[in-house]
This record gives sequence, structure tokens and C-alpha cells, in this order.
Amino acid sequence: MDVLWDAVAEAFRLLLTGDAQTWEIIGRSLRISLTATALALVLGLPVGALLAFGRFPARRLVLALVNTGMGVPPIVAGLVVTVLLWRSGPLGGLGLLYTPTAMVIAQTAIALPLVAGLSSAALGHVDPELRVQMQALGAGRLRSLWVVAAEARLPLLAAGMAGFGAVVSEVGAALMVGGNIAGQTRVLTTAAVLEASKGAFALALAFGIILLLLAFAVNLVLTVVQQRGTP
Amino acid sequence: MHHRVRQLAALLAAALLLAAGCGGDDDGATGAAQKKPVILATTTSTQDSGLLDVLVPAFEKAGGYTVKTVAVGSGQAIEMGGRGEADVVLAHSPAAEEELMAAGKGSSRRTVMHNDFVIVGPGSDPARIKGSTPTAAMKRIARARAPFISRGDDSGTHTFELKLWEKAGVKPSGSWYQESGQGMGATLQIANDKDAYTLSDRGTYLATDSAKDLKILVEGDASLLNVYHVIDIPQANGKRVNAAGGKAFADWIVSPPAQEMIRAFGVEKYGEPLFTPDAGKTDEEIAEAV
Repeated sequence: MDVLWDAVAEAFRLLLTGDAQTWEIIGRSLRISLTATALALVLGLPVGALLAFGRFPARRLVLALVNTGMGVPPIVAGLVVTVLLWRSGPLGGLGLLYTPTAMVIAQTAIALPLVAGLSSAALGHVDPELRVQMQALGAGRLRSLWVVAAEARLPLLAAGMAGFGAVVSEVGAALMVGGNIAGQTRVLTTAAVLEASKGAFALALAFGIILLLLAFAVNLVLTVVQQRGTP
Repeated sequence: MHHRVRQLAALLAAALLLAAGCGGDDDGATGAAQKKPVILATTTSTQDSGLLDVLVPAFEKAGGYTVKTVAVGSGQAIEMGGRGEADVVLAHSPAAEEELMAAGKGSSRRTVMHNDFVIVGPGSDPARIKGSTPTAAMKRIARARAPFISRGDDSGTHTFELKLWEKAGVKPSGSWYQESGQGMGATLQIANDKDAYTLSDRGTYLATDSAKDLKILVEGDASLLNVYHVIDIPQANGKRVNAAGGKAFADWIVSPPAQEMIRAFGVEKYGEPLFTPDAGKTDEEIAEAV
């Protein structure tokens, strides 16, 4: 139990004393995971819309693939990205392995199926009559899609949050493709793993607590923005 | 209703811009040094002890290179060298290192330093191993079926432990023999909680405050030496290998300034050095000095 209290105290000490290394790690975690989430939204929302409204032969197959992708363990995504980025691999010439960019790529791959799957479910739950009505009123396809998206904004945002939550807290891929290099690719989760393996459990937990606070802050901002003006 | 969607889109765009704006510092310190970064594959024990946090910045300053330190098990570190995914390897798994050299996948293999392994266990010492030789200790632990925690992760320490069992003529199995599958610090903590024996390098044992119920029971035998070698990787292992950078690191770590840093490391914190510098010595010379 002592470790838990030590960890809470340590977390607040690191945050309040403005420990440079800790803040640098927090900044890097946020930057990498927000970028990955944003990319996953840009790529995943159209896929979600296509799966919700599109009528094409392989739709069910793609949907099943996306739903399976939601459960892929981060370490598997990390391994695949690592092998692709190896110097001897197909993308080795880019020299991206052990850089934040490699971590963004891996985390985007992890978040993408979550965003696509959840947004397709969100859009699919909007009353189909709405689109019919919009089109009857003379609205174009894009215009009516926009209205449907507005109607589903809550679950769509939840899709984004789920993506962010998944990537900011994963450690397997971050460790594999990032290498946990101090000052370059060390993020909150990999720092926690390192401290735990050193036996510094209170410090490891402190990083975990900071991670929770961070996820909470991001979700709070998104929720407030999203709920504003909602009755 | 629409403006809220637009707000979300704006938020998304802002996040992307933020990310793009901040994304430029990919390689950290490379801005200062134009040389290609060096990938150092090493073992978790050197990272967990904190030694690399001292050595790597000093080399970066002296050599003008950026180093990407990837700390993995010895097995994986040597494999990365063989595949040309690393430029230089710092490991403590002699058999695997010699295999790599024999396959022509290493340019040179040089002694860097040593520390030693210790067998630690509960103060009550149920298997009565205190002061015995390493092989006798392993036999007694097995005979008493006293709990023993193995790393079980193909690391240099794990390989060393398996070699000790082999020398003792014991095939460890049964409920008393457990594998943690984790690093040294975490394994010590588990042994501490379970009143179990384990094999540890001395540095990590000294550095792990949370395992202080464990006592050193067997130490100081020449067969417990843990010697680290540095291997620089030849260009032939892959066209993108930074052979010059790897050689620069290997040359530096056996140079007098680096060896002095190794000698001084840990003295202030633990009252004794964690590693003994050995540049230029052979394994036999190190064993004789014990």
C-alpha cells in the first residue's frame, strides 16, 4: 500500500515542481497520440461512412475485418510496423525506426479500425428516414451526410476518444517501434515500464497516474466542447 | 446544429496543425550533429543500472554522433546486430557473441567491463547455500525444492542461470522453479515477495531498493563473472548500417576516458563501483584477477 501513496505523492511532485524531463515526456506522449488520433479520424471517418451507407459487395467482409482490427494487440501492430521500417525492410530507406514518426504510424494503425468501426456503428444508428427526408427536401448527398454526421456527433466523438484512449495508453507498439530512447521516443507508458523493470515501482505508478490525468484532461476538453449548447 | 460539427472539424484541424508544427524535431539532437545516428543494441541490465545514461551523452558530446539506445535482451541485441538493424552491440552473452563473430557478422569483439553475478535469497536461507560454491548452491536449492525465480526471457542473465543448472547437473522443473519473464529489477522484487532465490547481476541487486529482504548468499567465485563485450557491426550486414558510427562508439567505450567513467559509476550512490573496467584484457586475465 505504501507504494500507492508514494506514487500519488511522486506524481504530484513531478507535476508541480515542473520536472523538465517529466513535462518533456508528457508533451511527447500528447503530441504523438493526438497526431495518431487525428490521422485515424481523417482516414477512419470516411471508411466508417462508407461502411454505414455504402452498398458494395465486400461490405460485410470489410466490416468483419475492421471489427477484427479493433482487437489487434498493439504489440502485433508494432511488430508489423517494425519489420516494415527495418533498414532491410521495404521502407528502410526512410530511416524512420526509433523515431516519433514511427510511433505515430503504429498508433494510427491501432486507432484506425477503432475509429472506422465505431463511427460506422454511430452513423448506422441514425434514423434512415432522416437521409430520405433530406434528399426529398432537395439536399445533395454530401449535404445529407453532413446532417446525419451532426445527428451522430456524440457517438462520433466517442469513436475519437476511444482511439485516443487506446493509443495513449498502449505500450507494446511504442516500445517496439520507438525503442524507449531517452529524450527522443520515451513516452509515459514506456517510461513506466522502464521504471518498473528497475524496481522503482512508485515512480512507475506515478507515470501511470500522470497518464490518467492526461487522458482525463483531454477527454474533459472534448466533452465540454461537444456538449456545449446541448440541452 | 451544423456549427457544432464545424467546431469539431476545426478542433481536428487544430490538432493536426499542432502535430505538424511540433513534428519537426524527430531526431532530437540531430540538428546539432550532421552525422548519421548510431543504433546501439544493448541489454536491459546496462540500462536498468543507469550506466548508459552517463556513457551515452558523453560519447555523443565527444564523437558528434546521436545515439539511439535500444535496450533489449542479449539474445535480441545480438540478433539485431546480425541483421544489420544495429550498428554496435554491447552484450554479456559470450556464447551467442562468439557465434556472431564466427558467422563473420561482427567486425571486432572487445572486452569492455565486468561485474559479477550473485545468488540472492531470503535471510533464513532454507536450502543452506550461504558460502557454498555456485554449483553446490544450485544443487542444494533443487534438492530442497526451495522456490527459485528464473528470468525465463532469453537474456544474458537467464542464459547464465541455465548454464549454472547444467554445471550442477540439475534439470530445474516443478512448482518450486518459476519463470518471471521480466527484467532483473522486477524479478528481484518477485523473489523478495515470495522468499525465493534468484540469480542477479550485482549492479541491479544494489540498485533495487525494493528487494532488500534478499541477501547475497553466494558471491566471489570466478565462475560468476559477467563480462560485457562490445561488437561493432560491419557494412556487409546491410547497406544502411552505420559502420563508421558503430566503430566510433566501440573505440570510444574502450578508451581511457570512458573506462574511467565506468570505474567511477555508482561509487557515490552505493559506496562501491557497479562495474569494473576491463578494456584490453582477455576473459582469462579477468578470471585470474578474482
